[in-house]
Amino acid sequence: MSDYRILNTRAPRVDAIDKVTGKAQYTDDLKKPGMLYAAILHSPLAHAKILNIDTSLAEKLPGVRSVVTYKDAGTIPYGVSPARYDETIFCHDRVRYIGDEIAAVAAIDHDTAIEAIRLIKVDFEPLPIVLDGIEAMKDGQPQLHEKYNNNICAKVNWNFGDVNQGRRESHVIRTDRLSSKMQDGAFLEPQSILAEVDSHGNLTMWSSTQAPHYIQRTLAMALKIPLHKVRVIKPAVGGGFGPKASCSTAELAVCLLAMKTGKPVKMTFDREQVFLHSRARHQFFHTMTTGVGKDGTLAFLEHHCVLDGGAYASFGIATVYYAGSLLGGPYRLKNMKYDGYRVVTNKPVCGAQRGHGAVIARALFEVQLDRIAEELGMDPIEIRLKNVMEAGETTCNELFVSSFGMKEALEAVRDSAAWKTKRAQAGKTRRTGKGIGAACGFFVSGAGYSIYRSKTYHATVVIQLDETGGGVTVNSGAADIGQGSDTVLAMIAAEELGLELDDVRVQSGDSKLSVDLGAYSSRTTLMAGWACREAAQDVKSQILAAIGALLHVSPETLDLKEGHLVSLNGDLDFSELRKEYLWEHKGFTDLPDDDKLTFAEASRIAFLELGSIVGTGKYKPPPLGGSFKGATVGTSPAFGCSAQIAEVTVDLETGEINADRITGAHDCGFAINRTQVEGQMQGSMMMGMGEALMEQVIYDEKGKILNKNLAEYKIPTSLDMPQLDSIIIESHEPHGPYGAKEVGEGAIMPVIPSILNAIYDATGVRIEELPVTPERIMEAIRKKKRQDLQD
Amino acid sequence: MKKLMTLTVNGIKHEVAVEPRRTLLELIREDLGLTGTKKGCGIGDCGACTVLVDEVPTFSCLMLALQADGCKVETIEGLTENGELSKLQEAFVKHGAIQCGYCTPGMIMTSTELLRHNPNPTEHEIRHAISGNLCRCTGYQKIVEAVTACGSETETGEEKS
Repeated sequence: MSDYRILNTRAPRVDAIDKVTGKAQYTDDLKKPGMLYAAILHSPLAHAKILNIDTSLAEKLPGVRSVVTYKDAGTIPYGVSPARYDETIFCHDRVRYIGDEIAAVAAIDHDTAIEAIRLIKVDFEPLPIVLDGIEAMKDGQPQLHEKYNNNICAKVNWNFGDVNQGRRESHVIRTDRLSSKMQDGAFLEPQSILAEVDSHGNLTMWSSTQAPHYIQRTLAMALKIPLHKVRVIKPAVGGGFGPKASCSTAELAVCLLAMKTGKPVKMTFDREQVFLHSRARHQFFHTMTTGVGKDGTLAFLEHHCVLDGGAYASFGIATVYYAGSLLGGPYRLKNMKYDGYRVVTNKPVCGAQRGHGAVIARALFEVQLDRIAEELGMDPIEIRLKNVMEAGETTCNELFVSSFGMKEALEAVRDSAAWKTKRAQAGKTRRTGKGIGAACGFFVSGAGYSIYRSKTYHATVVIQLDETGGGVTVNSGAADIGQGSDTVLAMIAAEELGLELDDVRVQSGDSKLSVDLGAYSSRTTLMAGWACREAAQDVKSQILAAIGALLHVSPETLDLKEGHLVSLNGDLDFSELRKEYLWEHKGFTDLPDDDKLTFAEASRIAFLELGSIVGTGKYKPPPLGGSFKGATVGTSPAFGCSAQIAEVTVDLETGEINADRITGAHDCGFAINRTQVEGQMQGSMMMGMGEALMEQVIYDEKGKILNKNLAEYKIPTSLDMPQLDSIIIESHEPHGPYGAKEVGEGAIMPVIPSILNAIYDATGVRIEELPVTPERIMEAIRKKKRQDLQD
Repeated sequence: MKKLMTLTVNGIKHEVAVEPRRTLLELIREDLGLTGTKKGCGIGDCGACTVLVDEVPTFSCLMLALQADGCKVETIEGLTENGELSKLQEAFVKHGAIQCGYCTPGMIMTSTELLRHNPNPTEHEIRHAISGNLCRCTGYQKIVEAVTACGSETETGEEKS
């Protein structure tokens, strides 16, 4: 059992009651007096020159307050990575995908705004398009951006160790391929934005964003407003998973319209626009060659990857690095070569999505390990156990793992899912449609570096003691998008200050409150959590110092526990302090009358002594990574790891796949909130399962999405999901608060490959393209049958 | 041309004038200001806008407001009585059946109706009932656990472990 009173429990989320009663306010729930409604004109063509934009009819429509194009917005380049700023607020010379933004309108109501959009006339000169990422790299293909030769917007060529030496040491060498389709984030809340400018020129934007800090910077840069005059507030957010981490034209356009009209302006995407804006998972084409020694020891990996990322760079630079760097773990791998290419095509833009860049790479590597194990006659879990890293080791690409429960996680799922028994059974009933598969995963616990080059703190937290005494307010820029970071911060403050959760108020997701880089790269618990603990300890030491001085005792002999200030050296007489408190609370009932000093008394008296009491905390990762190009991506103060076993049934007549049970174990270092850790694991299982079996954005030959709705873009329903067993492994990370590290993304890593390995176990066929649909299964089974007959 | 209609929402009778093409969802959220009901897709795919119309779970984005003329509508705001959460709401809180919370109102309305008509649903019955309510965060596991816990409460109020 843990020594903590609040931490490591199953405390309900601090926003739970608001969310079950409908009180939680999301951006689209907000309304301002005199508010205007905005709409955006999207390109109907995948690639075309803009010859002329005529907004005159739209401007004349009664009820329209402003129509803006590049002429109003300017053409300051922006994007995610400063080295690849390739977007402008609106298209000015050409459009590059169906959905590219050309103009925006603000009007007195939604219908008028939509009508005005229809009245904008754009003359295009169509250009040839390229939709295939592999084709796009070839000579003679349409070029999307002048600065990206052969449409390659980033490439990585890494060589760690000596791959040739690894080859010589290998007993089995295999080359395998896996590709995927573009995904959609499919969060339930479509993006929504509300902006207003006050009479001093201060811009405030409420947005369903994951990263108020970066959005604030982009708004200031692209709209040319001083940074301190831009405030970004994140109300409740209905899921993000990555796509809401980058600034959008919608955010910029709504702010611009608010500046132009002097009125509050709101816009909410419809579901189709969520698909058009996308910024979700790339399409990956991986080829890997892996060699192992006779005993299954990994000798080398040669990895080639092309990422199709749609029309602009967005997060794609980081994505192509992550796709390579995160194969450095969780296994000992001395020699690794990686060639990655991030390509632009005339499709909606891809960005970061849960497990950024690393998910499909992990899937192929884990599938390949199984195939190698089969060739060697080894058990899939044995070959993994043979190669897993331990705490204190460094990967070939210089990632140091300071805590690592990989072995424990593997053993936990193996035992929990009765792997040995079921594998033995499967041996008898092999290829009859029942299968079991395992896989591991590895992920960062917070990016080691900010997206823009800076020495900035990654998270600061300011905790203010209520001057009336009794409670505290935690102020943080951290973005709770549903993962539960507000609850984590509240629990940490309550633990440190000996308070109940209800006495801690959390204000968060607001760029005015503190610097926090946002909800991405699974960073918040470690980084904001660290800063929160430091801030709470700061508040505590100020209270104890004030009371210690009054009582003529050393503050070290005092502590805050269970709502009281206590002496560690036996009884102290608090009666003089109490007199002071009672004296100013005449008329109040329920005043303290026992011999213990309440937190309310102690904190009020500390305020009377010191004035405002504010505690501050900050977090910045230490310098991390090697000296090679791109060494910063993949670095992290800590690494999470996970193992998973999937059990499936495949109907060999129809190809229909049913997941029967998923058992996962994740090393989160230390579970601040056990329920929330499980929640992240279970959500990851579901998203990974969707990606493995059903999710794909489908395009026609003109680059138009054919399934931009949640009926035809299938995500798992409650009937698709099996029993999910989640096992928490706690390895006590030395660089995380209380030993905590990530769970939000790492838990998705083993999902796809464990399912793919189980499908193979059930059917004897391997599918090299995701998602594994019944059609693909049947095709592979028929092909195999034909081959078996020929043999 | 707006038309006059009457409907009862969470026990309160409203007389409202609405455009014939206005949806029940728009009426609830924008005209009545009950923003607890969410719009996730607008075309009946996600279930976030589920309300009960004469006790039947209904995608309010697919129903015209005028079709609810004379009907009794229940939304998430109507489930609490005198500030007390319903058993199901409490179970959602306790079991961690909430993450981003955007599907939660619809999920709770659907499950509330299930429990009214089937006080002890099996796991499959629960999964079947909420299969029209998409959730992208939880993997449904804790939602199913929360609904199950409500169904399995004994008469003494103690839960089976």
